[in-house]
Amino acid sequence: MPINPDIVGRALDSTAPYLVGREKIREFSRAVFATNPINLDPAAAQAAGYRDIVAPPTFPIVIQQLTLDQLLAEPDAGIDFSRVVHGDQRFSYTRPIVAGDELTGRLTVTSVKTLGGNAMVTADTVVTDASGEHVVTAISTLVVRAED
Amino acid sequence: MPDTLTVGDVVAQAAFPLTRDSLVRYAGASGDFNPIHYRDDVAASVGLPGVLAHGMLTMGLAVQPVSDWLGDPGRILDYQVRFTRPVVVDPDSGAEVLVVAKIGKLDEEAGQARVDLTVSVGEQTVLGKAQVVVRL
Repeated sequence: MPINPDIVGRALDSTAPYLVGREKIREFSRAVFATNPINLDPAAAQAAGYRDIVAPPTFPIVIQQLTLDQLLAEPDAGIDFSRVVHGDQRFSYTRPIVAGDELTGRLTVTSVKTLGGNAMVTADTVVTDASGEHVVTAISTLVVRAED
Repeated sequence: MPDTLTVGDVVAQAAFPLTRDSLVRYAGASGDFNPIHYRDDVAASVGLPGVLAHGMLTMGLAVQPVSDWLGDPGRILDYQVRFTRPVVVDPDSGAEVLVVAKIGKLDEEAGQARVDLTVSVGEQTVLGKAQVVVRL
C-alpha cells in the first residue's frame, strides 16, 4: 500500500503525560555519552539555575517516538515500518527539559512527498508541559523505501 | 569559552568509540528496539551491510562536545541533522565516530551562534547539515 497523501495536515491525539524522571535522564545521558554535570548531578544543575538535572538535547525523541508509533499505527496511513529510514531530525527549544517535567506530545503530519519510488513523510511533534507551555518541537522526516 | 569567537573557529572535537554494547544501551534508554540495531541476521535480511548504530545515537553523541564547550546543555536552542550514511558497527572492532565542531555563524546582537558539526567515521561523513544554535 503506498503512502496516503491525505494524511497531510492530520493531527493525532495528544499522548498521555510523560513524567520525566531524574534516573531516566541519567540513563539517556549515559547512552549518548553525555558527561556534563548539569545532565547528571542535581547540585550542579541547581547551581546553574535549573530546578533539577537537564535532559540532553535529543531526549525529546523519547516523546516523539510515542507519537511516531501512533502515526505508524494509523490504519490508512500506509507506512510500512520495516521500510522506514530516518531522513532528517530537528529539535527547536523554547526551554530545556528538566527532571520533574510532565510532557505531552502532539504530532501533525506536515508533508508527504514521493521521490522516485521512495516517499518522504515529515511530521512535527509539539511538546508542551503540564501548564500547556511550549517546551520543544521535534521535527522528523521519515523516508519510506520503495518496495523491491 | 573564549571571549572572542570568529567564524571558522574549531571550538570542540571528540572521538566516540561505539560498540554493540553502546547500541543495546541506547535501545534501552530511548525505547527504539528496532532489531537492525542489534541483530546481524535481521540486518542482513533487509539488505543492510551490517548492524547499524541508531541515527539518533549518532545525533545524540555528536552534540556532546558542544554541550561541554558551552558548559551548559541548556544553552542549546536548536539542533538539526540529516542522516546521510549509516554507521555500521562491527561486532569485534565497533566503529569510531569523530566529531569536529566549528563556528558557522555569529549573531553577537542576539548572543547566539550557529555551530556546524562535521561527523565522520573513517574518511566518510555520516551526518549532513548538522547544525546547533546556541546561546553564548
